[in-house]
Amino acid sequence: MDIVQELLRGSRRALARAITAVENDYEEAGSILQDIYPFTGRAHVIGITGPPGAGKSTLTDKLAKEYRGQGKTVGIVAVDPTSPFFGGAILGDRIRMNELTMDPGVFLRSMGTRGSLGGLARKTVEVVKLMDAFGKDIIFIETVGVGQSEVDVIKAADTTVVVLVPGLGDDIQAIKAGILEIGDIFVINKADRDGVERLNTELEMMLDLNPEKTLWRPVVKRTVASRGEGLVELLEALENHRTFLVTSGEQQRRRSARTKNELLVLLNEHISKKVLEKITVGGELDSFVERLENHQQTPYAIVNTILAEMLR
Amino acid sequence: MEKRIRVLVAKPGLDGHDRGAKVVARALRDAGFEVIYTGLRQTPEQIAEAALEEDVNVVALSLLSGAHNTLFPKVVELLKEREMQHVLIVGGGVIPDSDIPGLKQAGVAEIFTPGTPTAAIVEFIKVHVTQ
Amino acid sequence: MENQLLHGKMAEYTAKVEKALAKNPERHNLEHNRLYTPLDIEELDYERDLGFPGSYPYTRGVQPTMYRGRFWTMRQYAGFATAEESNKRYRYLLEQGQTGLSCAFDLPTQIGYDSDDAISEGEVGKVGVAIDSLADMEILFDGIDLGKVSTSMTINAPAAVLLAMYIAVAEKQGVSADKLKGTIQNDILKEYAARGTYIFPPKPSMRLITNIFEYCSKHVPQWNTISISGYHIREAGSSAAQEIAFTIADGIAYVDAAIKAGLDVDDFAGRLSFFWNAHNNVLEEVAKFRASRRVWAKVMKERFGAKNPKSWMLRVHTQTAGSMLTAQQPENNIVRVALQTAAAVLGGTQSLHTNSKDEALALPTEDAVRIALRTQQIVAYESGLADVVDPLAGSYYIEALTSQIEKECWEYIQKIDDMGGAVAAIEKGYIQREIQESAYKWQLEVESKKRIIVGVNQFQIDEKPPEGLLRVDASVGEMQKRKLSALRAKRDNAVLQEKLKALETAAREESTNLMPPILEAVQAYGTLGEICGVLRSVFGEYQAHVSL
Repeated sequence: MDIVQELLRGSRRALARAITAVENDYEEAGSILQDIYPFTGRAHVIGITGPPGAGKSTLTDKLAKEYRGQGKTVGIVAVDPTSPFFGGAILGDRIRMNELTMDPGVFLRSMGTRGSLGGLARKTVEVVKLMDAFGKDIIFIETVGVGQSEVDVIKAADTTVVVLVPGLGDDIQAIKAGILEIGDIFVINKADRDGVERLNTELEMMLDLNPEKTLWRPVVKRTVASRGEGLVELLEALENHRTFLVTSGEQQRRRSARTKNELLVLLNEHISKKVLEKITVGGELDSFVERLENHQQTPYAIVNTILAEMLR
Repeated sequence: MEKRIRVLVAKPGLDGHDRGAKVVARALRDAGFEVIYTGLRQTPEQIAEAALEEDVNVVALSLLSGAHNTLFPKVVELLKEREMQHVLIVGGGVIPDSDIPGLKQAGVAEIFTPGTPTAAIVEFIKVHVTQ
Repeated sequence: MENQLLHGKMAEYTAKVEKALAKNPERHNLEHNRLYTPLDIEELDYERDLGFPGSYPYTRGVQPTMYRGRFWTMRQYAGFATAEESNKRYRYLLEQGQTGLSCAFDLPTQIGYDSDDAISEGEVGKVGVAIDSLADMEILFDGIDLGKVSTSMTINAPAAVLLAMYIAVAEKQGVSADKLKGTIQNDILKEYAARGTYIFPPKPSMRLITNIFEYCSKHVPQWNTISISGYHIREAGSSAAQEIAFTIADGIAYVDAAIKAGLDVDDFAGRLSFFWNAHNNVLEEVAKFRASRRVWAKVMKERFGAKNPKSWMLRVHTQTAGSMLTAQQPENNIVRVALQTAAAVLGGTQSLHTNSKDEALALPTEDAVRIALRTQQIVAYESGLADVVDPLAGSYYIEALTSQIEKECWEYIQKIDDMGGAVAAIEKGYIQREIQESAYKWQLEVESKKRIIVGVNQFQIDEKPPEGLLRVDASVGEMQKRKLSALRAKRDNAVLQEKLKALETAAREESTNLMPPILEAVQAYGTLGEICGVLRSVFGEYQAHVSL
């Protein structure tokens, strides 16, 4: 049977293989994504981001269990960094989510960034689509969490949760790194530690000053994920945000912006590929480089020449 | 995009000695593999399920407690049940030579005993992972 | 003045060396200086830094005469299969002249599971003896007078339960708790950092530990309530300095916790003991032992204000490095262990376990254990190494290295203090990462042959697979299961339920000492799994921090 058919009938093995095909750009990847496209758009996609040591995996684990308790099915994409030197990666997010492994209602997949910056793996968006078509109600994306500005998550998630902890000493740094703008919900995890009040106040102040979010004022929640404290309130906030997205039309707006972006990315990829094919076949690329090195031509002129040729 | 060999490095059973598993995980990472590390005390069922979801090419088991004759074949069997018989299964740890034929008979492709260079493990995986 | 002259001579020597090097370059990977002279110990002050054996800061040893009176305790770690089998091995070792017992427990016991728990499948009796209840413990020490022998138990997360069982067995033998001598490892922090047999999260684990400190100070005063262990940190791959630094940082955390729980430092500090690894580099190890005593003495006196000299002494049990044994040419391990033994003795250990030559392959056979024990006896009686107290003191190299290791140790302790102590550093994964880095570095050195391991990456031979290894009978698991179901049918379950209920209530009340209710549950023949199960339900379980 066709892999997409199997996937749509609930084969976890088919889902796993489809993800591999998409992640590795196998020949069938395009047709798989094409075939599942009509079945996507149902899931609530939740991004979980924040600095290292904030407890993202533990929080994701506990939230997944809460949703499972409500009878909802869960998909999780956990992203870890690929080593720029060796091309390999150690994907360790399962360690904190081991209990979910034996729950057939949860599908967890680890991904290496494989050169992508911005907190996600190269094909995270596509993998979320596969889980969506598979029928997962809730899909979590856990970003890399190396402390860089991991803003790509908003391109994939409906609701973005930014996890912070008091006393890391870099609270404000994390906020400055651009995650203030992307959070719909802020979670102060490990809220039994000193400094929670200070962090809370600072966050609220900054959120008040942020003119971007006019329709949805981001909320701040406190949790101690390791002990399951504050999860109910967080879940409520997640549901509130989802309701807001639907009733305000924001969901529609975000998704169409995302669709547009995805289309442009796809277009970009394909055009680049075509152009590259054309100018490498006859060795033109090398001669362009040579001309640049000899200062015979500028790069701008060369690009114009290539485009003019292609679009004729 | 070039595909990556994906390896699940797992510690079945209860022993907490993970120096070997961690060193191997790093060496495989440095060889360009994607390594999924699941931590201590994994049941054979958890290992098989993780292997399925992660769609790995290799499952590498590390065990120093002596429970390998019970636990390694169990993992092989559970992977077969999940139609993942193509997955390469290797093992390492304090494993007497006399146990190795039995483990291979049960479907473990290779056993790496103490003193094996990590390069030999990398090489074995590269040669035997066929797609 | 004298040293100025020496500086000049040193310059001459260096010039000579340059010439020699041009002809014959030195080996790579030599970690220490070429030569040590008085210039390297200019800062050393005999009174302040060394002192006399048995006096602060104990650099030269904790007793005034060291081994001239009594040798260290020769204590071979043993235990496998059932209590019956292990009891036989213990009696054999005592007959062979061993002077103390050391119990190895199987993994289900170490993690608080009964032999019939599904998770115990395949593990029962494998790395040690399976103990499910007081009934097993009675068999384990059958015919061994607990009033005479001293017993060390390698048990951590469920240490309180096993100690309670030991107390209960002694009581049945008519030996009161205040006569008991021995040690429980009881060191949970290194389990999180390196060894992996944890159960509960740090907070309740620290509570159990301080409960034991308090209980023993009143009822089991001769018992060593903790063996703060660097051994496993070293086995996991750390350096010598890291081994003692991380362990002393753990020690600081325990003392802090006990003081916070309201104990007086001098009431419990004298019963704290340590556990070091005796590794391959003989002289570095000697320096490590000496440095560790100096650091701990300062920690206890200066940081914690302890007044009793007993509180200042770092008393240590040692085991030779298991991870340095090779599966290749196992006979070579006898030589390795002999050198490691020399290091531990020159370092001034209070007790010693020597590994057997076949332990990279399986649990040791009786013959292999005997050779290991004989190694200690040869060093003790024949080598002369035990005849003079701290014989290497004053060596420029040893003293310089001792000071250098001490310095590295203080730097780590400072770093860990800045993070909020050992518990916080472990929760952040800092200590684990440092150990992993060292382990990986070692591996790369071996693979690139910068570090030679004889028989492994050089001087290999074609070998036949070794024969006659010890095999644990696969039926052990079944036997334990049968014993358990018989026990559950025979005991008074109504009484036990009451005791377990009382334990649960006590666990919920943070200020209650858990030793008495645990002891009562043990005496009602509650199983280890049942008792730990109650505590798991209240305390939850630890989630490992792993970052690679």
